[in-house]
Amino acid sequence: MAKLEYDSTGRLLFTEEMRREYTILIPQMLPVHFGFFAKLLERTGYKVAILNNDSRAVVDAGLKYVHNDACYPALLVIGQMIDAVQNSGYDPHKVALLITQTGGGCRASNYIHMLRKALEKAGLDYIPVLSLSFGMEKNPGFHWSVGLIRRLIYGMMYGDLIMNVANQVRPYEVNAGDTTARVEFWTSELLNRFGQGQGMSRKQMRRILDEICQDFKAIPVAGDPKVRVGVVGEIYIKFSSLGNNHLEQFLLDEGAEPVVPGLTDFLIFKIYNRISDVEMFGGSLGKYALCKFFMGYVQKCQLDMIASLKRAGFRAPGTFEELHAFVGGYLNDGCKMGEGWLLTAEMLELIHSGTPNIVCAQPFGCLPNHIVGKGMIRVLKDDFPDSNIVAIDYDPGATKINQENRIKLMLANAKELAESAKQAEQTAPETAQERTPVPV
Amino acid sequence: MLRIGIDIGSTTVKVVVLDEQNQLLFRSYERHYSKTRERTCQTLQGLRGLLGGQQVQLIITGSAGLGVAKAAGLDFVQEVYATAAAVRALIPDTDAVIELGGEDAKIIFFGSTLEERMNGSCAGGTGAFIDQMATLLNVTADELDELALKHEKIYPIASRCGVFAKSDIQPILNQGGRKEDVAASIFQAVVDQTVAGLTQGRELTGKIVFLGGPLHFLQGLRERFVETLQLDAEHAVFPQDGDCFAAIGAALCTGEQTAQPFETLLDLLEHAASTAQAVDVMPPLFTSQAEYDAFAHRHSAMTVPLVDLSAYRGDAYLGIDAGSTTTKVVLIDGEGDILHSFYHSNQGNPVSIVLPQLKEIYRLCGDRVRIQGAAVTGYGEDLIKNAFSCDLGLVETMAHLKAAQHFNPEVDFIIDIGGQDMKCFKIRHGAVDSILLNEACSSGCGSFIETFAKALGRSIGDFSKMGLLAQHPVDLGSRCTVFMNSSVKQAQKDGASVEDISAGLSISIVKNAIYKVIRAADADDLGQHIVVQGGTFLNDAVLRSFELELGREVTRPTIAGMMGAYGAALAAKDAGLHGSSLLSQEALEHFTHEAKPATCKLCTNHCSLTVNRFDGGRRFLSGNRCSRPLGQEKVEIPDLMKFKYDYLRTLEGKGSGDGSRGKIGLPFGLNMYENLPFWFTLLTQLNFEVVLSPLSTRSLYIKGQRTIPSDTVCYPAKLLHGHVMALLEEGIDTIFYPCMSYNFDEHLSDNHYNCPVVAYYPDLLGVNIPALSKIRYLHPNLGLHRPRDFEKKGAAFLAETFGIPKRESVRAIRAAYAAYDGFRALVRDKGAEYIQWARDHDRKILVVAGRPYHMDPEINHGINDLITSFGFVLLTEDAVFHHMDHQPRRVLNQWTYHARMYNAARYVCTQPDMAFIQLVSFGCGVDAITTDELRSILEEGGDLYTQLKIDDISNLGAVKIRIRSLIAALDAREKKGGV
Repeated sequence: MAKLEYDSTGRLLFTEEMRREYTILIPQMLPVHFGFFAKLLERTGYKVAILNNDSRAVVDAGLKYVHNDACYPALLVIGQMIDAVQNSGYDPHKVALLITQTGGGCRASNYIHMLRKALEKAGLDYIPVLSLSFGMEKNPGFHWSVGLIRRLIYGMMYGDLIMNVANQVRPYEVNAGDTTARVEFWTSELLNRFGQGQGMSRKQMRRILDEICQDFKAIPVAGDPKVRVGVVGEIYIKFSSLGNNHLEQFLLDEGAEPVVPGLTDFLIFKIYNRISDVEMFGGSLGKYALCKFFMGYVQKCQLDMIASLKRAGFRAPGTFEELHAFVGGYLNDGCKMGEGWLLTAEMLELIHSGTPNIVCAQPFGCLPNHIVGKGMIRVLKDDFPDSNIVAIDYDPGATKINQENRIKLMLANAKELAESAKQAEQTAPETAQERTPVPV
Repeated sequence: MLRIGIDIGSTTVKVVVLDEQNQLLFRSYERHYSKTRERTCQTLQGLRGLLGGQQVQLIITGSAGLGVAKAAGLDFVQEVYATAAAVRALIPDTDAVIELGGEDAKIIFFGSTLEERMNGSCAGGTGAFIDQMATLLNVTADELDELALKHEKIYPIASRCGVFAKSDIQPILNQGGRKEDVAASIFQAVVDQTVAGLTQGRELTGKIVFLGGPLHFLQGLRERFVETLQLDAEHAVFPQDGDCFAAIGAALCTGEQTAQPFETLLDLLEHAASTAQAVDVMPPLFTSQAEYDAFAHRHSAMTVPLVDLSAYRGDAYLGIDAGSTTTKVVLIDGEGDILHSFYHSNQGNPVSIVLPQLKEIYRLCGDRVRIQGAAVTGYGEDLIKNAFSCDLGLVETMAHLKAAQHFNPEVDFIIDIGGQDMKCFKIRHGAVDSILLNEACSSGCGSFIETFAKALGRSIGDFSKMGLLAQHPVDLGSRCTVFMNSSVKQAQKDGASVEDISAGLSISIVKNAIYKVIRAADADDLGQHIVVQGGTFLNDAVLRSFELELGREVTRPTIAGMMGAYGAALAAKDAGLHGSSLLSQEALEHFTHEAKPATCKLCTNHCSLTVNRFDGGRRFLSGNRCSRPLGQEKVEIPDLMKFKYDYLRTLEGKGSGDGSRGKIGLPFGLNMYENLPFWFTLLTQLNFEVVLSPLSTRSLYIKGQRTIPSDTVCYPAKLLHGHVMALLEEGIDTIFYPCMSYNFDEHLSDNHYNCPVVAYYPDLLGVNIPALSKIRYLHPNLGLHRPRDFEKKGAAFLAETFGIPKRESVRAIRAAYAAYDGFRALVRDKGAEYIQWARDHDRKILVVAGRPYHMDPEINHGINDLITSFGFVLLTEDAVFHHMDHQPRRVLNQWTYHARMYNAARYVCTQPDMAFIQLVSFGCGVDAITTDELRSILEEGGDLYTQLKIDDISNLGAVKIRIRSLIAALDAREKKGGV
């Protein structure tokens, strides 16, 4: 066990010695993306493991060690880490935990503190906790370099692209399992190539993105278009199958095609918030310029990804700019806590791109979602009468049967909607009335 | 061709048969007691005569139908979809449908766009809720209905979920409220729940069809709906087969389905494998009968000697525990041995239970035994004490402590799980050190097992015994009752046996207690000498789960269910009384009791009072929060909440300006309670006239209720809808309510945010209240946290919106900052003045920490009056936090209001005459962070932490117990430590 060092506030630090000896445990959210992230961190000199434990013991550990009014993602993520430390054979004196800290006024910024309290309660307070954030907590053994950040961005692009093409192919594959096999192939193939230093420049990335698209294009498919169902929501519940009771699989089983907007927009959104904050309220111009630069870079990468999808004939998500334009008149830039206006923008983008059927997934009692999720469904229904949105709450006590029953109602309406659209094919599609922009 | 529709709901199975002309040939409606497939098969077997040998179509619907359909390989249609199909076919000119089922509530809007909504996961107001409430009143659902039709008054009852409603209803009953009124209030709660939770901004008008079992059978419920929605006979339609519409709809949805012989379909259903065994199971409670016997033997030793009353001569002491669901009476001798005991379910009115019991006791005592003292505790303490003139009343926590110490003088932890509540207290040096009571939301207590037992058609005793030797207890999670209902539903669907469910429920109760109420990580968090009590622990399955979960043996007295009464009796014995004031045997002969509801009109709280009249003109009033309705002048003890509120309400009108730029409406809610001095000054300096929305009241809330999109948001936010509606009604054409991500920076925290709800609620209002789009609704993003920048940004906004010259705006902005600072200073100075007053008058000071909006009487329900009525001087956190500096916290300290509370708590720890209470609004996500942190600040500082959770609920019974427990604990500490 490495020597324990603390900062002036009494926070246990992740030291250089720990970097060499400890394994950093990261909770799972998006298997493809997180696989890349882990590999990239390893290449930079960290030992990393992504946690996939998902038994009932995870929820139990969460219930035991986390305040019961805390949100469900906190409970799951912390439960997963504690369960892993206690039951997965890791030497607790040789692990560190990594958790995101998004910052902002949502209580999610506090997960890291809840985790530390939980560790203390479990008698594991010698385990250092790393914050993955925009510089909220610093550690001597963990450094961000421009190179690492750039590579992580590429990793995210590969992840988003693979998720996109896989979701579009899987519902139609002729041989069950083809798509998943290709996803697995590309996950390990890319990891290999990263290992050989390939795929880590924009030029190479563009080429590989095309290569992936072509490969998925080659999977034999058949059948009529299925009802498409968008999935939006609180970031963890939206993506994590542990959090959303395997929502994507359920939609597939019900004969629908899930459409899941990617992670990239969320990152751009988080950077953009810093920019708009300065524009709205004032602030440091240096940070402003830096964020603008950073955001511009991620946006360029996003354009590469979108271009690849389009070239190969896949349906491509909108750009961040397009999402931002959609939400005008509904919410403005100030609304940035949690998923903020981005969640509403994603719903609008789905509606505009012919996916009016949407599951809005959130933890029970999610604060930002009162506003940007549930709070916007009414006005979307008024403006787009065909929109068919169901809000589903997730919670350790909420049962699958109730959630599925509500999703099934949405699907029944979706199918009817698709029928009547087919019958009225000749009529021009309805467009929403222009909304007057909100003053300011 | 005939079509069969089967609707398998959470509690009932409905089967219909339709002919080619959609004529109903058969219909049935039966409870299935969780045997969904079996019940369906039985009904279908009875149809052999009608359908035998025919080709038919069959389709299943309903929340519990999916599993059955899957297992049998039959078609399924979602039930709301099916209902809509039925309504379209049978009552085509319908505008909206309201359907209540066993555990679901649904609304369907027709018209230009079809909209269908179901209740979310936290929404109880349904058939199961009504059944639960009927159980509570000890009547059947039909009797409840008859009662409701005879009501005179409606009490406000929390409409969100069953658990909340229960804690509202209980005190009304215990204080003598009429069952008729309670019954109607329960139905009204269901109506409010449906309207608030499901309309979400769309108006319920036109022709409305009411469907589902409860609305089909319960006239009283119908009456409430019709009255609330102001419908006439033409627009309120209750179809003859309203309980079977989903089944009819299913039959109408068969479409192109291939017909099959009836026998084939029946066969599929009969031979469908019981659905998959994917239930989460836990180890059994006992592996063998012998293990259970040893356990039972060990616990039977903790007992109190019983003395034969018929042979006893001498003094006796009486203890009464008028609990939430049961009444307990214990008579002891001078040694603490039990002469007589009595335990009975309340059935609503504790007086009518205690009266015959007292007569009985007098009869048994004859002239050999003299009752020297009588004490009463529990929810009904005040009523019983006044009705029968008992000598003393004591708060239940103290009664339990007394009893526990009798069994184990070293006791350091007591947990009491009763019918409705759970109390835990840590004992240090023989005095209560900290108290934990369950929140209204997590009360998975005793009556909850009872309700389940009844729902499954068993007695509570049999039901809990069944779990003892269950092999595979089901893991049901540990959330509130409403969630538990669906967990049980799912377990049943997955084929769990009643035994396994019984054991699972016991384990859930224990987990709920340990991990949610106490929030312990292991046994040492509790203590070495744990005494468990309360009726629920008489259930061996619960006791065993508790010991297993902790890995420690605990003490359960054989009189676990009587401990409150026993403790009260001990208190009467120790009070050193000579002769009791208890009503004599003769007096009891002409005892009468009559309870009448009334509303106090002496202030804006409009407390719902119950006037109890006893024989000889004796009178007892309950439900009041102050002494004014008793004819006494209210004692004026300094109350900073009231001071601030009254002060802020004066900030309207033209101020120092001339009002020439017109009127601007400000909704008085959320952060407006903090920022009003700023906006008022800014706007009046610019010659606007400020119009504040009216005082918050329940009817104001109802006004905006149907535009609330998220039913789980906090009550303070929900109230805003009413405030905006009121301003609109006044004809205000400009409303100003800015969005503010950031709060003022007081340099005491790492950042200075508002919570997401406070920050963005203005945006939400803008798109959910349609009328706002017809006026000028200004909800810009403004940041007051950077005064220099705000001069520019604010002036730009004012120039753009009103064409106000920059110089004028900047001057007004500066004045506004000065006014805000002035307000903060005023609060600090007033606080200092009140502290001095308290010290001059030898009063204790209670610092009530919360959010600025907690000063609103409709949000705090007059808790401030209650607190001062106990003699405390009341301060708020914002009057004391400035005494402390910035200190690192173990949580992310980035919300301005949180930082104030942390500092206030630290300050309280330095002041021996101050105590701390935190107000938490139900659903406040960010307070999940503050509560634990505040508790640890206070406990590390040697102080007590008390939390009061508040919602739209308005009964203060539970709050009273907490405050009294706090007072008792403070007194005990004072005696011990000489603080």
